[in-house]
Amino acid sequence: MNQTSSEDFRETFFQECDELLETLNDGFSALGTDFDDIETLHAIFRAVHSIKGGASAFGLDNLVAFAHRFETGLDAVRSGEVSVTDDLLVLFQRCGDHLSDQVAAARGDGAIEAAQSDALCETLTEMTGATGPEAVEEVTDFQPATLDFSLFGDIGSEDEVETGHLEATCFTFQASADLFKTGNEPATLLKALERYGPVSVSAILDEVPLLSGLHPEVPHMTWIVTIDAAVDEADVREVFEFVDDCATLTFIDRQVDPGDSGRPAASGEDEPENADEPETQKGPTSAEDPSEDAEVASSGKIAAPPAAHSRNRTPSTIRVDLDRVDKLINLVGELVIKEAMLSQSITELGLPSQSDVASSLASLKQLASEIQEGVMAIRAQPIKPVFQRMARTVRDASLATGKRVNLVTHGEYTEVDKTVLERLVDPLTHMIRNAVDHGLEDAEGRKSAGKAEEGTVTLSAAHRSGRVVIEISDDGAGINRPNVRKIAEDKGLISPNAEMTPSEIDSLLFLPGFSSKEEVSELSGRGVGLDVARNEILSLGGRLTIQSNPGFGTTFSISLPLTLAVLEGMVIDVAGETMVVPITAVHETQQPKASSVHAIGTNAQVLATRDGLLPIIDLGNVFGLRSAPDPLDNHILLIVETEARRRCALLVDAIRDQRQVVIKSLETNYQHIDGIAAATILGDGRIALIIDPESIVARVGPSVVPAPEPAAASV
Amino acid sequence: MTLNILAIDDSRTMRNLLKAALSNAGFDCTLAEDGADGLRQFEESDPDVVITDINMPHLDGFGFIEGARALTRDRIVPILVLTTESAPEMKARARSAGATGWIVKPFDEEKLVWAIQRVAGTGEAAQ
Repeated sequence: MNQTSSEDFRETFFQECDELLETLNDGFSALGTDFDDIETLHAIFRAVHSIKGGASAFGLDNLVAFAHRFETGLDAVRSGEVSVTDDLLVLFQRCGDHLSDQVAAARGDGAIEAAQSDALCETLTEMTGATGPEAVEEVTDFQPATLDFSLFGDIGSEDEVETGHLEATCFTFQASADLFKTGNEPATLLKALERYGPVSVSAILDEVPLLSGLHPEVPHMTWIVTIDAAVDEADVREVFEFVDDCATLTFIDRQVDPGDSGRPAASGEDEPENADEPETQKGPTSAEDPSEDAEVASSGKIAAPPAAHSRNRTPSTIRVDLDRVDKLINLVGELVIKEAMLSQSITELGLPSQSDVASSLASLKQLASEIQEGVMAIRAQPIKPVFQRMARTVRDASLATGKRVNLVTHGEYTEVDKTVLERLVDPLTHMIRNAVDHGLEDAEGRKSAGKAEEGTVTLSAAHRSGRVVIEISDDGAGINRPNVRKIAEDKGLISPNAEMTPSEIDSLLFLPGFSSKEEVSELSGRGVGLDVARNEILSLGGRLTIQSNPGFGTTFSISLPLTLAVLEGMVIDVAGETMVVPITAVHETQQPKASSVHAIGTNAQVLATRDGLLPIIDLGNVFGLRSAPDPLDNHILLIVETEARRRCALLVDAIRDQRQVVIKSLETNYQHIDGIAAATILGDGRIALIIDPESIVARVGPSVVPAPEPAAASV
Repeated sequence: MTLNILAIDDSRTMRNLLKAALSNAGFDCTLAEDGADGLRQFEESDPDVVITDINMPHLDGFGFIEGARALTRDRIVPILVLTTESAPEMKARARSAGATGWIVKPFDEEKLVWAIQRVAGTGEAAQ
């Protein structure tokens, strides 16, 4: 195997492990609804079995050992010795989690606590009767280079040491009818002996009947075999390993040359092949007839018809290096930009809109956008694996808090960009823990609220208007707003007299350093607040919002872009600069009427809308492009809404276009600038900045009317 | 003559390892993903030796062997069972289904080749 077990094979193995672990998790979910689903049980068993088999090929002993114990436990259920219960299913799921950890550890990703393996194994033994010591012993079977010989043939196997010193090896070989039925061929077997030295064979034909009585499938002969070398009986038996149950070998006293008997032992393999031609018979003639085994035991049944050939083929896939896909995405981005530039040049030429050039350009545009979609789809992957990890997070959290929790998932086949998917794991994990730890009441609390003792956490994903929306809901008590407010006041995060809407209070949870639980809990109180989760989501171009219904639970919604490569943007002019505002942030646009704008103090202005007063922020002012705002009447206001559902009116000079823009990171080329999310290249080749409304709005304070301490909500 | 070996295993890892080992040893190699696929390949590729896993979806190794034996009554193709189950009863079941021999996973490349040579009669057994 040493020539073949390259890194590639290892990697394939680990990829397959991922798939098998997914099968495992799916299986346990299915088993949860139907304890007697034997097909699923078989699939689960096979998955663990395959992991064990592959692991043994790579010498991953710990993994093999645990997989073996797990498999033994599963086998007890599969064979009907033990029946599935809720508790057993939970144990199996924990074993599955541990197996997943073992695989990760074997991959060089994290370490395994041996104590945990042992504890799980012990519980497995307790609950399924899957035995410990024996199983461990059997594990030695899975060391590489095993063709277990010791299990076979104990006929006349005495004095192996002595046989090693002999010059010639001689035995009789008698076969039963099964030998042929199983595809074994005496001639082949005898030929295989040649590896040990020159072989001579003679046949005893006494048993061969006349032609009329001859049965072609029954071997009537006994062969006398002499190998002209000292061969261990065990080595000879190895050749006949596969026929030990349908052939009889009887070793005969060897001819020993007295003069040479003191020669050092030579093992069979090392014996030089000094004679190419097997000599003609020179063996003993006094063959004992081991006829007691000659009766044909016809146990072989070969009548079963071939099974139906129907099978669902898995969709064929190829593996592509991610770098290649990303390069392609970049190129397509360039294509879109060039297409926009071309389109602009043609417009400037003033060609009639029904000209050939214009219509060709239209179809080019269509094509470019289809290519773009196609390439994005390559990076898209179902969110299912992430949800499966969350199932585990829920189990762990449930264990740590002692709350019984049921996780319900919807839309696990919703596709999300691969990078987004990867970076979603941490914030999701945090929010799930948060939901179990803080969201759900304990059993007492639930009972007194008239709810089922088992809490429910729902995790759902769906595509909604060009974005992916992921929601984490619990059916707990909802956010205790007075308490949240008090904590925020105590920590000096807000002023005691600040006027806040319920949703603004809820959003306080996202403030850095805020932790609503008085005592730091083992689970989610690790010094990492929801603000970290929120920042991670923001950095993905996503939004995180919170909705709470006292007594009925809390829902966190994450809204993410489908891709990190393009953005639907509104192209605007501000003080002679062209900028892009993400269209998702723009709630509405309007031309301000003097009657609806009110001045507050010397600099601040607010816009009166049907929802209340909104602060007006001049983008030109924000970026230092002009000191004082122009008269408002020939400007446009973009009403933007933030995660906290806080609205502001951004003052811009004009709206030019609404289009898809390719996102070019500013951080990788320059550095982060507050208020700017990224940059893009426009059709005319100019660079435009994509603004980040969230951070701009954050500058104006926590409430609708600018508050005395604006620093409070620099979220 | 190059021997054509049909290798059947539901694990991609095992199939890869088998293919590499068999190709290294100079055999031609056909792969199948389970017993049912194996029977199809068995008819199509007319192998000289078959190596099959036992525990597989759709149709397990025992089912495959029985099917293959029923398909070819005139010629009995050697079938080696490749399995982690080293328990004697596994072998007995494989044998009663018509298996020629067995190889215990994880296989050693040398032993794998030696097992094939023992049942295929290539004449290369003496090396």
